Amino acid sequence: MDYQNIQTICPFCGCGCALNLEIIDGEIVGVLPAMDHPVGHGGLCIKGWNAHAFVQHEDRLRTPLIRENGEFREAGWDEALALVAEKLGAVKSEDGADAIGILASAKCTNEENYLLQKFARAVIGTNNVDHCARL
Amino acid sequence: MIEEVRSVVRQRLSELDGVVAMRLTEQGTAPFLFVDEDQTGMLVLEPRYPVSETVSKLQKRFKHAHFGVVARGCDLRALVEMAKRHQIDPDRLTVIGVACSAEQAAACYCAHPYPELEGWPETSMVGEPVAGAPRNPLVEEYATLLMEERWAFWQAQFAKCIKCYGCRDICPVCFCEACALEDPLWVEPGLLVPDFPMYHLIKAMHMSTRCVACRQCETACPAGIPLTVLYDLIHADVEELIGYIPGADKESGPPLSLTLADAPIKSDLAY
Repeated sequence: MDYQNIQTICPFCGCGCALNLEIIDGEIVGVLPAMDHPVGHGGLCIKGWNAHAFVQHEDRLRTPLIRENGEFREAGWDEALALVAEKLGAVKSEDGADAIGILASAKCTNEENYLLQKFARAVIGTNNVDHCARL
Repeated sequence: MIEEVRSVVRQRLSELDGVVAMRLTEQGTAPFLFVDEDQTGMLVLEPRYPVSETVSKLQKRFKHAHFGVVARGCDLRALVEMAKRHQIDPDRLTVIGVACSAEQAAACYCAHPYPELEGWPETSMVGEPVAGAPRNPLVEEYATLLMEERWAFWQAQFAKCIKCYGCRDICPVCFCEACALEDPLWVEPGLLVPDFPMYHLIKAMHMSTRCVACRQCETACPAGIPLTVLYDLIHADVEELIGYIPGADKESGPPLSLTLADAPIKSDLAY
C-alpha cells in the first residue's frame, strides 16, 4: 500500500514546468501540479495535466519497428540503427548532405539537442537543423 | 503546530493503514501516504493540495483499508460533498483536523478556516480555530458593476483561458467520468479560446451546489482568472435560493438530487 508523488519535468515543451506523477503501488495513476516549483507555480497546460497518459499506455512502442513490404516487424536497436545509418549514408552519397534535415526535440535535454546539431553539422554535413515545434 | 500534527499522526499510524498528508522532500511538496512513524518528520501543511482527491483514489483502490487524513477546513468540506456523492467512505476515514491561522485564512479569503468535525468518527483536532477572513474585495467591487460591465469583465477574464482543464482536474468535487466539457455537443474540440460563456459556465453550474470554496481552481489556473469571484457569487445565490451550503453538513443530501415533488427552491413566482 504505497502512494507517493514523484516530481519530474513535463516532457512536452521547452518551458520546463514541473509536475508530480501520482503513483500507487508502482503504477502511475495521475498528474498533480507542483505548487511550489518556481517555473509553473502550480500551473500546467493541458499537455502537462495528461503527461502520465502515455507512459504505461498499451499502444506505446517498446522496441524499434522496421517496415518490410508494407508491414512492421519488431527489431533490436543494433539492427534498427544500422539500417538508419545505411539509408542516411545512401541519401547523402546520392543526393548530398543537404538532402537530409534533422529535427530536434523539446523532449530532449539541452545536451542531447546539442549532440543532435553536432551530428547534423559534423557527421552528416548539413545545416538543416530545426525544431519539432515547427514540424 | 506542525510538531503537534506530526505527533498526532505518529500516534494514529499504529491503528491506521496510512495517513494522507503533504510531504516535503528535496523535490518539493506533494501529497503522500504516510505509513511509517519515521516518515512523519517530512510532513508539512503547505502549500495546499486537494488531499481529499487522494483519499478518494486510495479508498477506491484499497477497498478495505482505513486511512487517516490531515485536513484543513476546505479539505473537510470537500470530503463532506464527496461522501454524499459516494466518492469517499467516511466510515473508513479518520480525520485529523487542522485549523488554519488568521494569515492563512486571509490569504484564501476563507470564511470558515477550520474543519467542523462533528459527526466524523474518531477525529483529532490541532490548532485553535480563528474567525473567518473578510470576503475577496473583488467580489464587492464586482457587485457595483452594471450588467454590461459584468459581461465585459468575464469576457476579458475568460479570453485568457488556455483550456488546460486544470480548474476541472484539480477540483476535488468535480469527478464525473463522463464530462460535458469533453462532449463536442457542448464544447467545440480544438477551439482556443474556448467558447464564452459555455465552457466556464457549464463547469460553474455543475459545481453550483458542490463548490466548497477551497480555491484550488484559482491556484491551478495558469492564466490567473479569478474563478473564485464567480464561485463566491454562486455560493451566495445557492445559499439564498435553496438554503444549501456545500460542505457544511454531512447529513443533508445534495439538493439537486431531490425529487421535484419536494424541490427546495423558494420562490414567490407563480407558475
